[in-house]
Amino acid sequence: MVTREYRTAREIVGPLVLVDGVEGVTFGELTDIKLDDGSLRRGRVLEVNGDKAVVQVFEGTSDLSTENLTIKFLGKGTELGVSGDMLGRVFDGFGRPIDDGPAIIPEKWLNINGNPMNPFSRDYPNEFIQTGISTIDLLNTLVRGQKLPFFSASGLPHSRMAAQVARQAKVLRTDDKFAVIFGAMGITFEESEFFISDFRRTGALERAVLFMNLADDPAIERISVPRMALTTAEFLAFEKGMHVLVILTDLTNYCEALREISAARKEVPGRRGYPGYLYTDLSTIYERAGRIKGKNGSITQLPVLTMPEDDKTHPIPDLTGYITEGQIIMSRPLHAQGIYPPVDVLPSLSRLKDKGIGDGKTREDHADVMNQLYSAYARGKNSKELAVVLGESALSDIDLLYVKFADAFENRFIRQGEDENRSIDESLALGWELLAILPKSELKRVNDKYIEKYHPENK
Amino acid sequence: MSNAQGVVVKVSGPLVVARGLKNARMYEMVRVGEGRLFGEIIEIRSGDCSIQVYEETEGIGPGQPVFRTEEALSVELGPGLIRSIYDGVQRPLDKLHAAFGEYIVRGAESPALDRNLIWDFVPVAKVGDQVAHGDVLGTVEESKLVNHKIMVPFGVEGQVSKIAAVTGNVDTVVATVDTAKGPVELTMVQRWPVRKPRPVARKMPPVSPITTGQRVLDMFFPLTQGGTACVPGPFGSGKTVVQHQLAKWANANIVVYVGCGERGNEMTDVLQEFPALIDPVSNEPLMERTVLIANTSNMPVAAREASVFTGITIAEYFRDMGFSVALMADSTSRWAEAMREMSGRLEEMPGEEGYPAYLSSRIASFYERAGNVICKGSDERQGTLSLIGAVSPPGGDFSEPVVQATLRVVKVFWGLDDKLAFARHFPAINWLTSYSLYQEVVDKYSNENYDPAWQANRQKAMGILQQEAELDELVRLVGMDALPMSDRLLMQAAKMIREDFLHQNAFDERDTYTSLKKQFRMLDLILSYFDLAKPALEEGVLLNSLLSLDVLEDIARAKLIDEDKLEEFDALKETLTQEIAALPR
Repeated sequence: MVTREYRTAREIVGPLVLVDGVEGVTFGELTDIKLDDGSLRRGRVLEVNGDKAVVQVFEGTSDLSTENLTIKFLGKGTELGVSGDMLGRVFDGFGRPIDDGPAIIPEKWLNINGNPMNPFSRDYPNEFIQTGISTIDLLNTLVRGQKLPFFSASGLPHSRMAAQVARQAKVLRTDDKFAVIFGAMGITFEESEFFISDFRRTGALERAVLFMNLADDPAIERISVPRMALTTAEFLAFEKGMHVLVILTDLTNYCEALREISAARKEVPGRRGYPGYLYTDLSTIYERAGRIKGKNGSITQLPVLTMPEDDKTHPIPDLTGYITEGQIIMSRPLHAQGIYPPVDVLPSLSRLKDKGIGDGKTREDHADVMNQLYSAYARGKNSKELAVVLGESALSDIDLLYVKFADAFENRFIRQGEDENRSIDESLALGWELLAILPKSELKRVNDKYIEKYHPENK
Repeated sequence: MSNAQGVVVKVSGPLVVARGLKNARMYEMVRVGEGRLFGEIIEIRSGDCSIQVYEETEGIGPGQPVFRTEEALSVELGPGLIRSIYDGVQRPLDKLHAAFGEYIVRGAESPALDRNLIWDFVPVAKVGDQVAHGDVLGTVEESKLVNHKIMVPFGVEGQVSKIAAVTGNVDTVVATVDTAKGPVELTMVQRWPVRKPRPVARKMPPVSPITTGQRVLDMFFPLTQGGTACVPGPFGSGKTVVQHQLAKWANANIVVYVGCGERGNEMTDVLQEFPALIDPVSNEPLMERTVLIANTSNMPVAAREASVFTGITIAEYFRDMGFSVALMADSTSRWAEAMREMSGRLEEMPGEEGYPAYLSSRIASFYERAGNVICKGSDERQGTLSLIGAVSPPGGDFSEPVVQATLRVVKVFWGLDDKLAFARHFPAINWLTSYSLYQEVVDKYSNENYDPAWQANRQKAMGILQQEAELDELVRLVGMDALPMSDRLLMQAAKMIREDFLHQNAFDERDTYTSLKKQFRMLDLILSYFDLAKPALEEGVLLNSLLSLDVLEDIARAKLIDEDKLEEFDALKETLTQEIAALPR
């Protein structure tokens, strides 16, 4: 295709540049934007109408004027050169190396938007991942190929928890390590440093690929970060046969960048000013997790998002919850009590747990113990609320036991050390120990034969 | 394909504007660009046609050609639909997988009905018969459960001049009909535009229930054959599990399941699970009666908008054969959002929350395609089409436009409640807010067909649950101990109804499906307890001894009694009577 260069920028609005008099431009095309001082930026065509093209500039539009730039349309979509050598390297939000290493020699160029996976080609995720965190392993089981977001809020230790999962995750009875792809969107230097040093400390860095867009990096670049990360993940998983864990943080910043572009285009806004296509856009990120029939690798996604005002019904967590396969919700009250990890057990959920647990995967009594812990903790929390209103004396003996159970559950089961790597058997044993606080007749959700076999009294 | 062509002038996401398409009509299919991407005309404005494109539009730009097809978005109907999995515009996903690999590439094409499958056509009509639209020419055994009727397509009327038993693929000519315009050769396949309801002879009100094996639905909020229901709920409240349970256990002849803008892994789950599940009525794999439409959330948004129509047209086609058909759409909110997205790109004036002003009329016209009908055709067959739509309201807020527009047209409301889900009470259908307007019809049917006490028992149980809700507020203020003994007994009965009857585990093989007979016995047993304990309490029996009867544990486990051993309920009732009688007064 002929190279087409234009010096006809007409309007600059927010992150967008409107170019006039163009010819042969296509939707989604990648552009180079050369400033007269010699610096170079990247852009993407968002709309083309006759001879006018709207270009979104990834690095932002500061210093641009309608006079000082040349826009070159490159005749292809945004692509990333991928290679097995990317492991252990750090890139910016646009896939350019920012560590001191050599340039990557790509084995392949891939369009970062990917293609939707054929649902027929998917294989159902059902291999248990042991994260070493009881509230995940036992209650909200993660499986290979799942997308399980952390719904957090400002000031909560989601980064520490995500790092712990990355460090400890393994598939039971194998030594398979996960390759970790880390996509940072608008997080602070300190947070990113925490991850990098944690990966370095534990040796995870050499099997990690990092895409960094920090808080002071151009906001619009955040649009490309998850796509760069997932394109790399798809390459490593389905062409190199690796098991990949993708951590994306923080999706809230991503959505805000999307909103910025939408506002600059004067689109009809949906809820809270976010564009009406937010659901579709998020799904093209989250749905890039999974397994494929007949291929070894897998992509497991752990996106992190901070809920504005701790509000689960805010469009970002809300739409995320409708796409992902469950959610781990962080609780501020638990955090205030000094409990780490502060997982709010009751509203958290893993939709894929049922096929990843049980005999041959974890242990036969897993599902029953899980259900019993849930219902006992729910009842214990209820009793505690009642006690607040009526005083503890108003509680029946059995309710008092439930209160005792709920306290022990929070302090011993939910709480664990940042380096404490509990096996699923240890988590189950702990669960049984706590259930033993209650009389056996209350354990209605556990099959009698498991009570006989696993109840501490019977050991 | 016609030579008539225009050129692209504008591209914005899935919306393409083309100029120079002469005589193009609304909702006509076009092919866009050199890659010949599928698209549909959705607006015409002084020579410019706005086209929603069903595939990713990257690489499309002004100057590229647009081709007319001169046909509205249509589906292929004929043997081979059953057991298929299609995307939103009826491309077979299994064939795409075989031909193009794991990802759906642009411009991929494959015929909707497999031409390699060979069918045995058995004629029903005879040479010399006068036939018109809807008359049965013959049958094809499509699966063990589906005897597919090959019908005269719309617009053909005349005398059969040739018909014979033949074996071949769907394109094989099975009959010739002499019409006023000359002889017409008919094959096993016909096409139908998806946005146009297939005509029926006449509609009738629904009369019989759909049984689902789900206790809370069958007993308290029943749906009828030909009825409409909606299942709204926030994420995590179990919408999809409810929809899957219905697809598995509803006593329909044909199930069409539309996964509209939902998760890819969920469709995989259905695909892997259904062939292994056995229909309790026919003892055949459930897949033998199922058609799947999967347009997951990351697949192109315009095709998502079409998927619901593709599904319902296929469902109507089977209804026209005289089957009872149930269609599940999960989720209609994603469909509405697809409409909103296209409407936004067209720069239409938005209605509520950015949804287009025609949102409610579209939803209404979709649900109105359900019904209990007399089909076209001289034999006056009866067919039913029931619709069950899941709705995913943002933030679980039922006051949003999609839920409200849906509630105005559906007759059954199964409201999911995340508080119940958090307490792991599944199915998390709130018994206080849900309703069914078919209650009377179904009560009458059930009293006649299952047990004369059906309606009375149902009303009694619902009364207990409602009183519990009122007492609950009191308990929260003053504590359980402050309640009179009789109310505490009622609370116990309500708890038993909730935990031992309403709570049902979809993942337990014995609990996942309960026959209506067993449902009746289960509820009856709990009500008997209440009826026996109340007078005992008045005679001076201690409340605590009534609350701690040994038999209560057996009642709790009654849900696991085998379907062929329902006489065990008699024994349980006997034990219950004895235990209460033996208590000291």
